[in-house]
Amino acid sequence: MAVQDAGHIEDQAKVAFFNDPKVRSWIYQLLLVAFLSWLIWSIWSNIAANLEAQSIATGWGFLSTTAGFSIIQKLVFYSESSSYGRALWIGLLNTLLIAFLGVIFATILGFLIGIARLSSNWIVSKIATVYIEVIRNIPLLLQIFFWYFAALRALPGKRDKISLFDTIHLNITGLKMPSPVFGDGSWIVGIAFLLSLAAIFYLRNWARKKQQEEGVQFPVFKASLGILILVPLVAFFIAGMPIGLEHPQFVTTGAVLRRGFTLGVGMNLTPEFIALFLALVIYTAAFIAEIVRAGIMAVDKGQSEAAHALGLSNGFTLRLVVVPQAMRVIIPPLISQYLNLTKNSSLAVAIAYPDLVAVGGTVLNQTGQAIEIVTLWMVIYLAISLVISVIMNWYNQSIALVGR
Amino acid sequence: MATYDKNAVAFVRSEMVGESAAPAGEVGVTGWVRKNLFSSIPNSILTIFGIYIAYLGISTIANFAFIHAVWSGESGAACQPPDAGEGACWPFISAYFKQFVYGRFTISERWRVDLVYLVGALGLIWLVYERSPKRSLAALLMLTAFPIFSLILLTGGNFDYSGPFLLTCVILTAVILGAAFVIPTLTKSNPVPTVIAVAVILLIIAFILFLCSVDFGLIEVETSLWGGLLMTLVIAVVGIVVSLPFGVVLALGRQSNMPIIRIICVVFIEFWRGVPLITVLFMASVMLPLFMPKGVQVDNLLRAMIGVAFFASAYMAEVVRGGLQALPKGQYEGAQALGLNYWKMMGLIILPQALKLVIPAIVSTFIGLFKDTTLVSIVGLFDLLGMVQSAGSDPKWTSPVSSHTAYLFLAVVFWVFCFSMSRYSIYMEKKLDTGHG
Repeated sequence: MAVQDAGHIEDQAKVAFFNDPKVRSWIYQLLLVAFLSWLIWSIWSNIAANLEAQSIATGWGFLSTTAGFSIIQKLVFYSESSSYGRALWIGLLNTLLIAFLGVIFATILGFLIGIARLSSNWIVSKIATVYIEVIRNIPLLLQIFFWYFAALRALPGKRDKISLFDTIHLNITGLKMPSPVFGDGSWIVGIAFLLSLAAIFYLRNWARKKQQEEGVQFPVFKASLGILILVPLVAFFIAGMPIGLEHPQFVTTGAVLRRGFTLGVGMNLTPEFIALFLALVIYTAAFIAEIVRAGIMAVDKGQSEAAHALGLSNGFTLRLVVVPQAMRVIIPPLISQYLNLTKNSSLAVAIAYPDLVAVGGTVLNQTGQAIEIVTLWMVIYLAISLVISVIMNWYNQSIALVGR
Repeated sequence: MATYDKNAVAFVRSEMVGESAAPAGEVGVTGWVRKNLFSSIPNSILTIFGIYIAYLGISTIANFAFIHAVWSGESGAACQPPDAGEGACWPFISAYFKQFVYGRFTISERWRVDLVYLVGALGLIWLVYERSPKRSLAALLMLTAFPIFSLILLTGGNFDYSGPFLLTCVILTAVILGAAFVIPTLTKSNPVPTVIAVAVILLIIAFILFLCSVDFGLIEVETSLWGGLLMTLVIAVVGIVVSLPFGVVLALGRQSNMPIIRIICVVFIEFWRGVPLITVLFMASVMLPLFMPKGVQVDNLLRAMIGVAFFASAYMAEVVRGGLQALPKGQYEGAQALGLNYWKMMGLIILPQALKLVIPAIVSTFIGLFKDTTLVSIVGLFDLLGMVQSAGSDPKWTSPVSSHTAYLFLAVVFWVFCFSMSRYSIYMEKKLDTGHG
């Protein structure tokens, strides 16, 4: 025994330290770190040398310099005398606007088409299939170009229009709608709206409790809808109708060049916005439809059969049994589609919709601050991606199956 | 006791009734139509609405592409209203067709592009057709020999390695060979096999470099002359060929149990996946020249390729990781129990299975990459979309329908490529699905 032990120890001692897997792995890692440090250092010194040669000063000082260019769509105040920083802020807001609206409408359209594809109606499901297969296999940029350069160019010219109910007008300068004008006392309506939201929240909890304790159902949806419409409406009339509508002005008389829509009256969606919005929604909806279809198909057929056997109607089966289970499959890929849509909104630069990338590109061309602008883009997009995935993962966890 | 009445006995048949046909409304065309189109009132409304939509779509496309289309003409005047302007302007496409396929590639040298297309197509058929022999050899050749062949043929080869490049190569060779000798010696194992393996790899690289420098008598065609479908395919193929090995390495790094390597890989992957491709391309086109030492010029096309390759590698890494995670743990444990080291375990057991599992996902990634190559037109390269955009601004072919026609043509081209690839991916998925696991 003793001899064996001694041999064993001797064997261990013989293993050189660089043959120890742990030591080895640290050596590899240190080598990689050293290599990367060298790479970053050499890139950094090259940048410094190149910038000096081009006499570009690094730093964020340019953000407070006057921009001097105009932006066709702005959510908050901006003029040519605003700073570069302000311009980039406008760009970010435009990115968030198109991403937010795009996500909502793409979800609605995607769910509709996904359900249509599973429809028992042959022609409906075939139309949905064709839609998905055509749209998914054509590059998004081409679709944006199609809407912007081909479809929207066919609209009536500046001095002409097509109208819907005489309130919504469309011509080559964009989609004109009435815009709300908030007079004195509008805050009363706003507060009434918030109050009605709180009331709905309370009502839902109360109804759920009542159902669980007494087994009595309360028509939550209809009641909520009633509260949501009635309370602000009553407040609106009590406050003396403070919110009005400003209709777009269409001039048909006077000097020819002055005819058409008056600038700044009513709400205007620019053609750039419409083209990007349509392309993003239609493209992403095709992917969401496939996700929805896969999600619904992943729910075992026995689930809906059992629900029917319990006497649930088709609508209840879908709402209470199939959709909640399908959502668990749908949510994770849906998150990545939302992220894709947000990132794809950067294609705006191709048709000059002033989003973060387009405005940043203009700033970059004017100032030559390539590193700062690219860094800003990357950081902001990473932050947006992070926020969306955190929110959606939180939602995903809240509906996930609770394991026992 | 009940009385038994003979006449009250119910009539019982003694022979079977012959089968009668199913009701006319349940079988055949009528049955199918009733079941699938008019099963209820809402369904019937949907059907009529659907037929209307289908009619709208089909008639619009048929009217534009065929019925009202102009088929011949010498300039945009042929497609102007009032005679035309309702339908496609096909002579515009045929006039520009060669530019769409070759870009501005030197006309006398276009046979080189044709040859690359031909070899690529043959290789692809060899690779995809199931009964062809030695398909793994085809894969190997398509991923190694074909890119080099195309590189030489398209650029003209005859590269000039003057100045510091050769010196750097010699020094690097010496350092690598030295390391290959010293490290095994230190660990008291035989250095000969390692040195031979390293030397063979270096020789192959040297051979490739040598091939590229041979003067085959081909005229140099600058990449600024490339364009159209050629550029689209070149960027997509380079993207996939580079991203596959990089993606595998990144995925292995992400699954590794060395913390620093894992963190670096995770940061790398998540960074590229978190930002839009267009910002990556802008970064490649405005920042890459700043990264290089003074005097080093990076070709415009190369910049875009580098951007696309990094971007695609990150996505590929996630695809490969999916495959690595899908393998049961027993495969890893079994390989370790056999005494295989890390690289043998990965190369012989894990990666062959994992990569096979994710072939459909790799094809999907490639489809995405193929569609994304259109973005290079934003940074000033003339890929297929860029070519079409520039053709649309040709005053000779101005007409209200020129851009519509060009977009329709382009949509069909992309659709054919992407749709056939996606069908192939679905087919592979079905074929690889063994029904268990």
